[in-house]
Amino acid sequence: MYAQMIKSTGQGVKSLDEMEPEERAFQERIDAGGKIEPKDWMPEGYRKNLIRQIGQHAHSEIVGQLPEGNWITRAPTLERKAILLAKVQDEAGHGLYLYCAAETLGVTRDDLTRDLLSGKMKYSSIFNYPTLTWADMGAVGWLVDGAAIMNQVPLQRTSYGPYARAMVRICKEESFHQRQGFDIMMKMANGTEAQHKMAQDALNRFWFPSLMMFGPSDAESVHSAQSMAWKIKMNTNDELRQKFVDQTAPQAAYLGLTIPDDTLKLNEETGHYTFAEPDWEEFFDVLKGNGPCNTERLEARNKAWDEGRWVREGLIAHAEKKRSRKMAAE
Amino acid sequence: MSSPESSPYNEDDASPHGETRKTEWPLWEVFIRGQHGLSHRHVGSLHAADAEMAIKNARDVYTRRNEGVSIWTVRASDIAASSPEEKGSLYEPANDKVYRHPTFFDIPDEVGAM
Ligand SMILES: [Fe+2]
Ligand SMILES: [Fe+2]
Repeated sequence: MYAQMIKSTGQGVKSLDEMEPEERAFQERIDAGGKIEPKDWMPEGYRKNLIRQIGQHAHSEIVGQLPEGNWITRAPTLERKAILLAKVQDEAGHGLYLYCAAETLGVTRDDLTRDLLSGKMKYSSIFNYPTLTWADMGAVGWLVDGAAIMNQVPLQRTSYGPYARAMVRICKEESFHQRQGFDIMMKMANGTEAQHKMAQDALNRFWFPSLMMFGPSDAESVHSAQSMAWKIKMNTNDELRQKFVDQTAPQAAYLGLTIPDDTLKLNEETGHYTFAEPDWEEFFDVLKGNGPCNTERLEARNKAWDEGRWVREGLIAHAEKKRSRKMAAE
Repeated sequence: MSSPESSPYNEDDASPHGETRKTEWPLWEVFIRGQHGLSHRHVGSLHAADAEMAIKNARDVYTRRNEGVSIWTVRASDIAASSPEEKGSLYEPANDKVYRHPTFFDIPDEVGAM
């Protein structure tokens, strides 16, 4: 997902009886479907966990602009270019909604940015894969945004108010993203033989990395159990992955494309597809920094930060000058 | 007047929410009035060097799809807020004043709509 492998306290979920009164009131509020707001009492673990999760989610939105930004100047028509620009601009907006939610927990934007740039905080593994052809813009919108939606829709009900509200805004915009991707896929899949081949190739390359977005099975994870008790994680990774495959397989069939998994099959009894697991060793390797584009992505963010420094500082100086002139005039 | 260039940048002096470091643009809270004549509503926050830029950024971040007809921005550090601990003393006085609600009064049906 856009936040992967988030660690919580690691101590397992306490029962209500084991909690101090403050924490019990907090947990009961969450159990009853109530929201936690920035100034409310919260366990330190909840706060830290959320900062990591929302921060990583925000970083993913920001770094996620890079693989798509790669194709803006080479979009095949002016209309496609305008659409892709709008989509990428939305992702910048998503990053900003999320940073502002994280900031209500007592970190500054610069703290989060610094931790992204140094590699201390992660972003989703998916954005370390390259976009090699125009069809990849279709595959990314259809599969990557599609997978993100699976996770973001239930997160609209998460217990932390500012995070939930950011998710509501994001979800409103995501269906445009997925549809514009599917629209590209339809055009390519129904186009010339070369275009169809390109669409198939994009699906081949993005299928397993998209499944990895949900993270490895976490049914047994203490971290996930705590996050679910706190309602900052709403479903297990496997539940979401299954939902994604069930939704996507018929769409691929509609496009006349083949999902690169020989074992993929609809189980008539359960109504769910069985499918092959992605290569989890590859996943961990990408998280460690060894994906095809990790270096390039971080370099791009660092370059933008370093080269933007004079602008950030210049505008502060300008604002200070204006303020002191105004004060002098009063 | 101090400029960011001439003051040392200490990366570790993190500031609480709403405040800012020397090199970080201040935080602004954003309020937007939607299309239908409702009050301005809080939508989120953003960073900007000054008020003018805060409005411009708010337009880009929060009204990409005609969500608003009017934008307010205010420095986050200028907002005074009630604290959750006061919840009792602030709101409880309203609890025993049910007569403030119209349903408290039984008006006979013969009187008609009221
Ligand atoms: Fe997004
Ligand atoms: Fe998106």
